[in-house]
Amino acid sequence: MRVALFVTCVNDAVYPATGIATVKLLERLGVDVAFPAGQTCCGQPQYNTGYRRESEPLVRRMARVFAGYDHIVTPSGSCAAMIRDTYPRIARRAAAEGRGTELTEAAETLVPRVYELTEFLVDVLGVSDVGAYFPHTVTYHPSCHGLRLLGLGDRPRRLLAAVKGLDLRELPRAEECCGFGGTFALKNPDVSAAMGADKVRDATSTGADVLCGADNSCLMHIGGILHRQDAPMRALHIAEILLSTEAEPHP
Amino acid sequence: MSGTFIGMPAFPRAARAAVHDATLRGNLRHATHTIRGKRAQAVAELADWQQLRDAGKQIKDHTLRHLDRYLEQLERSVTAAGGTVHWAADAEEANRIVAGLVKATGESEVVKVKSMATQETGLNEALAAEGIHAYETDLAELIVQLGDDRPSHILVPAIHRNRAEIRDIFRERMGRWGRAAPQDLTDEPADLAEAARLHLREKFLRAKVGISGANFMVAETGTLVVFESEGNGRMCLTLPETLISVVGIEKTIPTWRDLEVFLQTLPRSSTAERMNPYTSTWTGTTDGDGPRSFHLVLLDNGRTDALADDVGRQALRCIRCSACLNVCPVYERAGGHAYGSVYPGPIGAILTPQLRGTTSEIDASLPYASSLCGACYEVCPVAIDIPEVLVHLREKVASQGGHLWEKAAMKAAALAMDHPAAMAAGERIASRTRALHPKRPPGAGAWTDSRDLPDLPAEPFRDWWKKNRT
Repeated sequence: MRVALFVTCVNDAVYPATGIATVKLLERLGVDVAFPAGQTCCGQPQYNTGYRRESEPLVRRMARVFAGYDHIVTPSGSCAAMIRDTYPRIARRAAAEGRGTELTEAAETLVPRVYELTEFLVDVLGVSDVGAYFPHTVTYHPSCHGLRLLGLGDRPRRLLAAVKGLDLRELPRAEECCGFGGTFALKNPDVSAAMGADKVRDATSTGADVLCGADNSCLMHIGGILHRQDAPMRALHIAEILLSTEAEPHP
Repeated sequence: MSGTFIGMPAFPRAARAAVHDATLRGNLRHATHTIRGKRAQAVAELADWQQLRDAGKQIKDHTLRHLDRYLEQLERSVTAAGGTVHWAADAEEANRIVAGLVKATGESEVVKVKSMATQETGLNEALAAEGIHAYETDLAELIVQLGDDRPSHILVPAIHRNRAEIRDIFRERMGRWGRAAPQDLTDEPADLAEAARLHLREKFLRAKVGISGANFMVAETGTLVVFESEGNGRMCLTLPETLISVVGIEKTIPTWRDLEVFLQTLPRSSTAERMNPYTSTWTGTTDGDGPRSFHLVLLDNGRTDALADDVGRQALRCIRCSACLNVCPVYERAGGHAYGSVYPGPIGAILTPQLRGTTSEIDASLPYASSLCGACYEVCPVAIDIPEVLVHLREKVASQGGHLWEKAAMKAAALAMDHPAAMAAGERIASRTRALHPKRPPGAGAWTDSRDLPDLPAEPFRDWWKKNRT
């Protein structure tokens, strides 16, 4: 089984610990992980801001870089959804505009092989107990794209529930958007901040010390508010929790 | 669309005021969360909801694909039933037709059934300019009209008001428009309703002309259908001598049979009711029963432009249930007025820029008034993929110049990302200089008003990989 990591541009530049945790976790579960160095970004920032044509070269790049791998695993629900849900749309528009089927082929080769990390663990590896130990109270925020576009369902929470020492608290109004939304946070800062503040209020009401998610872009937004408020809670990616063991606990 | 809202600031600025208005946010949060919970329950009761949703989508798509044929059939049916059909290309033409019809009756007062189409055309203001008083009879519309306010929700136009505010409006304003409210009026819902009932009854009994919209128009029989909760609409539809209905062309459905689907999906989506309280239907005129003359004004006003857009046209499926408003986290914080249109919320953000174009500042800002969370698409009873249309409209805005800084930034980013070595070098420079990055950098603007940026790592992931795995 040839498995490639798509680390995503945000994780590569800002949250390498998530990428490292993903690699080590998969290796602990017996997966041989490759990291094709030609990878960059899925093109979501361009596409969602209205620059579809600018995202097209990145669709082609993704298909080229990840050719030949059985599975492409990414610790980002949003980026996985970009490939699975949006690449076919980009391809359809390109074809409708008379620019051929090249993007359709690129999308078709990628879509069935792309997995968000928790999907890969539960659906492909068939595990929900990854042997982790994390003695903290945790609440889980299911980011919108993982929740609605990927349909991750209870996979992340099943994985967390199996972690030894972990006390999982239900997040009220979990399905509500945290207000990040890529460039939305820049274009509509007041609404974005108000949504984030409400999310933080709901999260801290659980009394948990950790807010866990499967998307570092949402966690950057929520974590930034927590940090500013000096809240007794930190935001952490699920890969880092799942990597933590009794022998090597998360710092 | 009407000039009523022109001059509203662009969405982010208008939203800022609402976000910081604690009363408004409290009113909106309470109302939307209550209705959202009830809707979810009402929908969960039906095992075949997804099939109904798909059926509604199919009926609307089929009708839109053959709209020319169904509109001609509708015109024949309405005419055969004794009505008169008028075609209005835009708001101004619709208002001119209606004003002419009212003047021909010699009346200077009309009663109105709550209607989004006449809000869209700014009919009340146009009639006022002709010396004709138009009285809203829907309770929430009455509150808005008395308060010199604008509606802020499709279904609950006064959602932004609480009952103490409503009591004050009734006490201060009702007397100017007709029967006054008692001065000791309380803010108990029953008392407020009684004051409105007495005020409105006087208007119903006096009115010779009624004006309505319609939720559906059945092409095969020429029947118009209104869904309402109070029965006030039915009074306006049956008591006056002349009835004028102004309806968007996309409200057409082929047959009575098709109504079956929407009779189930519309009330459950909008008011969380299993069955709609008052569903009125009218077909032309009947001797000795109801209005003696009936006029149907078919409104285009940008709809054929939307129809021509292969991604955007799905917005014309909308049955105005407002479920998308009630689940939208952006609407909940920004309020309806920020959208600068009679159609607020997610559906307004895609419908308004299609009806009005994207040239004005407010219309160009609407496609960005969403975090693309997808909650609106999930609840839509006719499966309008609102996020898809938002992104499609963003492309239109971007192609006409977009927001200045971003075009260059997007192009530069896409270029760097297509050259991994350049991207890696950029990451490395950022990491090495991380000690110099302030937590609240000037120029990051609003982002850092309430959020800290994360610390950059000592090395990007790809460098860790190179050192540890190759």
